[in-house]
Amino acid sequence: MASILRWAILALALARPALADDVSTFQLPNGLDVVVIEDHRAPVVVQMVWYRAGAADERRGVSGVAHFLEHLMFKGTDTLAPGELSRTVEANGGSDNAFTSWDYTAYYQRVAADRLELVMRMEADRMRNLLLSEDDWRTEREVIIEERNMRTDSDPSAIFGEQRRAAQYLNHPYGTPVIGWRHEMEALTRQDALEWYQRYYAPNNAILIVAGDVMPEAVLALAEKYYGPLAPTPGITARKRPSEPPQLAERRLAFSDPRVSQPVVMRTYLVPERDPDAQEKAAALTMLAALLGGNSQTSVLGRKLMFETKQAIQAGAFYDGTSYDDTTFGIYVVPAEGVTLATAEHALDDALAGFLADGVDDAQFKRIKAQIHADLIYSRDDTRGLANEYGQALTTGLTVADVQDWPRVLDAVSAEDVMSAARELLDRRRSVTGWLMRAGQEETMQ
Amino acid sequence: MIRAIFAGIAALLLAGPALAEVSIQQVTSQRGLHAWLVEEHALPFVALEIRFRGGTSLDRPGKRGETRLMAALIEEGAGDLDARAFAETREELAADFSFDAWDDALSVSARFLTENRDASVALLKSALTHPRFDQDAIDRVRAQVVSIIQSEEKDPNAIAGRTFDERAFGDHPYATSRNGTVESVSALTRDDMFDAQDRVMARDRVYVSAVGDITAADLSKLLDDLLGELPEIGGLIPPRAEFTLTPGVTVVDYASPQSVVIFGQEGIKRDDPDFFAAYVLNQIIGGQGFASRLMEEVREKRGLTYGIGTYLAPMDLAETWQGSFASANEKVAEAVAVVRAEWARIAAEGASDAEIAAAKTYLTGSYPLRFDGNGPIATILVGMQLDGLPVDYLVNRNSYVEAVTAEDIKRVASRLMDGGKLRFVVVGQPKGLEPDD
Repeated sequence: MASILRWAILALALARPALADDVSTFQLPNGLDVVVIEDHRAPVVVQMVWYRAGAADERRGVSGVAHFLEHLMFKGTDTLAPGELSRTVEANGGSDNAFTSWDYTAYYQRVAADRLELVMRMEADRMRNLLLSEDDWRTEREVIIEERNMRTDSDPSAIFGEQRRAAQYLNHPYGTPVIGWRHEMEALTRQDALEWYQRYYAPNNAILIVAGDVMPEAVLALAEKYYGPLAPTPGITARKRPSEPPQLAERRLAFSDPRVSQPVVMRTYLVPERDPDAQEKAAALTMLAALLGGNSQTSVLGRKLMFETKQAIQAGAFYDGTSYDDTTFGIYVVPAEGVTLATAEHALDDALAGFLADGVDDAQFKRIKAQIHADLIYSRDDTRGLANEYGQALTTGLTVADVQDWPRVLDAVSAEDVMSAARELLDRRRSVTGWLMRAGQEETMQ
Repeated sequence: MIRAIFAGIAALLLAGPALAEVSIQQVTSQRGLHAWLVEEHALPFVALEIRFRGGTSLDRPGKRGETRLMAALIEEGAGDLDARAFAETREELAADFSFDAWDDALSVSARFLTENRDASVALLKSALTHPRFDQDAIDRVRAQVVSIIQSEEKDPNAIAGRTFDERAFGDHPYATSRNGTVESVSALTRDDMFDAQDRVMARDRVYVSAVGDITAADLSKLLDDLLGELPEIGGLIPPRAEFTLTPGVTVVDYASPQSVVIFGQEGIKRDDPDFFAAYVLNQIIGGQGFASRLMEEVREKRGLTYGIGTYLAPMDLAETWQGSFASANEKVAEAVAVVRAEWARIAAEGASDAEIAAAKTYLTGSYPLRFDGNGPIATILVGMQLDGLPVDYLVNRNSYVEAVTAEDIKRVASRLMDGGKLRFVVVGQPKGLEPDD
């Protein structure tokens, strides 16, 4: 029965090529890329502007400035008072916000479809005409420091993550937190933010994504009207960041904190990301993560460590290949009560060695592919999710064609591809292993 | 078909009285089970939402956590399938099931492809009617729950929530963590799981909505297949909670650079004639977005927090009105003072016409934006049923918001806010903040 069902799903999925019919792309003469994703089921639209600039593009010493500027972008222009953009969106029943990562900074508004012009006028305005008063930026610096207090310093697992990333990247700026190191955040100035803005905020460094109940021609006409007149910034070139040297020695770190309740072993490896027209390696790693640690009942690590040896209450693997530069592949074990971190890590290594010896379970591999096909259908119910997927891909160097090819590339991965990726990956000399521990119950790391 | 719902709402917004062109179908099965349906055939899948009223409030004395543990075990093996075989079958079907339980309900959320509908429903049915509750699954999931409970004991947000609930709800189940304690969960047995399921998941308290690629006739048959064999009558839902929260400041010492604050007072019932006035009032003082008075005063003007918000929580057996924020230990006393002053100011003065108009525009304009996918619509429809709302609420709801006047706001502020007295629960090491208990 299982194989019949799987083929039924496959046929269905292949009959619906990944959204190609619903996605249109344009480029304005000033360099602005425009992506329109149609979904006419509800009269709602989301406008997103993604800049190809994130925390990994900051110069040394001003960590956090990409995110600081994101906050300051709500402080007005010569035609918008501070906070007026958000107030206007809310007065129209919409919502708006923004987010910053290592590779991008993005702004969005979600409104009724007939309000698109209103939000487009305001978003285009602040792309070039930001005004920062002497007062606004100081208060906002206090806000981002409170944000760091909340997201990072109040959460030992977030501190642990920050320390692990710093150990993972010796040379590449992915080792610096997006929110910034506290001592550098405290010294950020209005001038730092304006320099960042002037360098990166331009139509030729941005992608406009409009998703929802809109027609591509109408979006293009509005984009030409509001974004079209904005001048491009000369000299913006493809990003080139310092890259990692080969890792020759295993890195290990131990972190303990009184606020930790549940110890964890976490290991990451530096791996390639999805590259334009070369996503095969990333696809093999994506399948490997699903096989090793996707679902705790059916994955290799879940079955071995949670069901058979019962040494873990949770185990898994993670990998997201949507990144501009080399990224990480991670595995973790949450040890059961009474199991030490040293024992848990040995058990993890045994499970990985077993996987390298046994190879891919064919039935599990088929089930994972069946779910990938189904996700093509389920994902179409979430237009905002699709808009995010395109935004992340296009700001990390991929093209629309890469996004639409991705399910096919995943489907083409063979068991041999996965095992070859696993053999190359699973070398402890090229890993960073962290132990998160309860204060007062530290173990000595081997 | 989603668009048809909008047609009704949009008609109301733009043209006054709504002629309810509502596309919700009310389906009754042969065995008398009811569901709300929106047919949407654009994508070949169905989103199904099921709720059983009562949820963790049905935990028996000494067995706190039994409903949560039971809910977590529903998909850990059923019928002939053990936990792993069940998960493998679900993966083959590419169906998603999730189970959760909170104070007032146990929820089952499912989505499945049209191609695999019968097999997916049969698998879900086996979980709902023939769960195995194998001892090894109980032990495994219990260890996860115990780890969560122990983590909550050290988590400042969880500590703040629990401390607030303890002070608000006396000896009612609402007063304690729905996950239970390490002791209560460790003592739960396999028989407790079967008992809990029979009391919680019964037909006399079930609500269903479906949105997607299914007809009324097929849904009717699905209802009987899926739920027809559940017990007819479940356990007795406890009486209302006595509201025991008093104004003041509670401090829980916790070593961290930032204090987490939950503040609140008694709320208002969902079916109270003043509910919508209170809803608009909440939007003005601390509702969604960046424009509320508290966001303006605490974040924008003073930089004392990253975010602050408030909400009305009309539960089945008690009502609260509460909010939260986090501030550095050196700043939290000032933030508390600002919140207190703003709460007292609006209690005494009400709000301006401009604020009321802006809040109403936001609340009426944002309502249609919630209906943007099969999954979200199914969740809204089942929530309406739990709240006892009629189908035409969908088109009338914005008129209830529109009808709120400045006098209503003033009346409800003076009625509910008692001059602006709040209880603040502060978890951290606040400077210059004196606790009174």
